[in-house]
Amino acid sequence: MKEKLLEINNLTVHYVVENEVVQAVNNVSITLNRGETLGLVGETGAGKTTLALSILRLLPDPPGRIADGEIIFNGKDLLKCSDKEMRKIRGEKISMIFQDPMTSLNPVLTVGEQISEMIRLHRKVSRTESTRLAVEALESVGIPGERYLEYPHQFSGGMKQRVVIAIALACNPELLIADEPTTALDVTIQAQVLNLMMNLKKEKNTSLILITHDLGVVAETCDKVAIVYAGEIVEYGTLEHIFNNPSHPYTVGLFGCIPNLYQDVKRLKPIPGMMPNPTDLPVGCNFFERCSSRMDCCKEKKPATIEVEPGHLVKCFMAGEELTGR
Amino acid sequence: MSVLLEVQNLKKYFNTPKGVLHAVDGVSFKLERGKTLGIVGESGCGKSTLGRTIIHLLDSTEGKILFEGKDITHPTKKELKILRREMQMIFQDPYSSLNPRMTVERIIAEPLLIYKQYDSKEETYKRVRELMDIVGISPRFADSYPHELDGGRRQRVGIARALALEPKLIVCDEPVSALDVSIQAQILNLMQDLQEEFGLTYIFITHDMSVVKHISDNILVMYMGIPFEFAESKELFKKHYHPYTKALLSAVPIPSIKYKKKPILIKGEISSPINPQPGCRFALRCPYKQDVCLQQDNPLVELSPNHFVSCARAREVNDV
Ligand SMILES: Nc1ncnc2c1ncn2[C@@H]1O[C@H](COP(=O)(O)OP(=O)(O)OP(=O)(O)O)[C@@H](O)[C@H]1O
Ligand SMILES: Nc1ncnc2c1ncn2[C@@H]1O[C@H](COP(=O)(O)OP(=O)(O)O)[C@@H](O)[C@H]1O
Ligand SMILES: [Mg+2]
Ligand SMILES: [Mg+2]
Repeated sequence: MKEKLLEINNLTVHYVVENEVVQAVNNVSITLNRGETLGLVGETGAGKTTLALSILRLLPDPPGRIADGEIIFNGKDLLKCSDKEMRKIRGEKISMIFQDPMTSLNPVLTVGEQISEMIRLHRKVSRTESTRLAVEALESVGIPGERYLEYPHQFSGGMKQRVVIAIALACNPELLIADEPTTALDVTIQAQVLNLMMNLKKEKNTSLILITHDLGVVAETCDKVAIVYAGEIVEYGTLEHIFNNPSHPYTVGLFGCIPNLYQDVKRLKPIPGMMPNPTDLPVGCNFFERCSSRMDCCKEKKPATIEVEPGHLVKCFMAGEELTGR
Repeated sequence: MSVLLEVQNLKKYFNTPKGVLHAVDGVSFKLERGKTLGIVGESGCGKSTLGRTIIHLLDSTEGKILFEGKDITHPTKKELKILRREMQMIFQDPYSSLNPRMTVERIIAEPLLIYKQYDSKEETYKRVRELMDIVGISPRFADSYPHELDGGRRQRVGIARALALEPKLIVCDEPVSALDVSIQAQILNLMQDLQEEFGLTYIFITHDMSVVKHISDNILVMYMGIPFEFAESKELFKKHYHPYTKALLSAVPIPSIKYKKKPILIKGEISSPINPQPGCRFALRCPYKQDVCLQQDNPLVELSPNHFVSCARAREVNDV
């Protein structure tokens, strides 16, 4: 039996701005086992970053507010933890990598000091020992230890992102959340960084939530996938479920949008329209306006989540239809 | 088929405090009317500089640019004015390239007004409406400002503005890179439709291999200012001769679990091409490097029909 590390139940997160409520995350549930990688896929504004920040309790508040739900980590509801407990959990148990490495590196500290400071903050070790561990951490991400004394600006984008990974992994967290960690990088560098992350993760049996909009990256790294649309998980399953049997019209649409290196298509099949405004979500299905298989009922009420095969969840009326042999 | 644009040994150098930066270092190609040339390569390899030099937003350092058979490398003021309407550019970030204080309608009208295309305001704005219709922006956005539009619509405005003067060549610099895939597909389809309808010729700059394969007839792979490989799009994805192209393509994550492939991991990263040493600029990262690679510069050689490679060991490595 796999050991459950994280369980999110019915999480709802709002931003309240000027009398408007941005419904950023709506009733999201996720489970993650130890050592597993979950991909969170969705377009800009779908609510991926908000979800990640909620887990770490790092939402900007105000305007951010967790309206409902629970986030159970190692059996404990993080939403009920004190700020002090939360500070200990961040960095020690859960780390996050942000999209832009520069936002998480301090420009006036050497990269080595930044890693060793992180280690000292969370572990009772001497300065000499933390320096030794920091050099080790640098080398584990393929940066020679003698560059310990250099500053972030002396490093290229890919190297900076690797330093960020070294910092995030320095304290052996149980859960790593990476928000678009390679989106700003070139593909050959992306390949290096992903390879490194996956190896370190395997070595330490870390669980990983990987936020990305790139289904290619998902295919190469994830065990489970959640497709996020307008703050909801519209489809959830194993990598095989999502890639072999995509069942939500949005997921199917996403695959039709991307040009394929191994197949020639004359024309792409875009999903028409745009994501609905999260301050003004429709009564019915959030995808209704853009859906090519919509029915009348979709406009009137929100579809429930249907389990189309064991562990494969789809929020769509059609999904049920198909099962009953439409 | 007639050649619209020809570039011969084009170079663009920048003087920097650290030395001379070879941003574009000897690029040659021919581009036929109505076709699309894709230019790919990693950040800093010189794609944008090449595009900007071709349309004279930058002065070239060396080499020749021929447009419709005419040498336009050093145009006179009058020639430049004509060129400015025949060659247009679409940018990655339509936001920073659209005047934030102008309405959509005004932005699209701007080139028409500058070139005094029509005698009356009515005619001008009739044409603006027509352009909005062509690129699929509803008239209700005519009075909106760029910040009120989403990325996809902003890019449509950029495209409408580029189309206004009926150009022959459009340099598209990462036009879909900032867009979500569902919107990206809408814009790519639009660009293909416009090409067909108006016989446009595109230079399409991107770092996305799947996009470039989809949209291009021919592809030029660049590395540190140097053209490394040139071939027809289909051909290039079947056969890639340059070790860098091989690594680049193998690193592209494929959105499918049927093709399991291992990326060729190359060490290090692209460095800045300041005062480069002679020899292959990829050599230090290349798994096939030998002494010969550093001894001389390698011109593009036609390894198979219409497929050019710049690599001293291309024949050996590929067994051709
Ligand atoms: N005005 C300038 N002065 C000095 N150097 C420049 C200038 N413009 C570009 N460069 C340099 O020229 C090289 C090529 O830059 P360019 O912007 O053409 O690359 P690119 O391939 O378009 O990259 P990206 O994918 O990041 O847009 C880089 O090393 C860049 O730093
Ligand atoms: N600080 C904030 N204040 C108000 N609204 C926000 C804030 N951060 C995000 N949002 C809104 O919440 C929604 C989800 O955003 P986000 O979580 O950043 O999505 P993603 O990471 O998937 O792109 C969007 O509509 C966004 O505009
Ligand atoms: Mg985000
Ligand atoms: Mg560029």
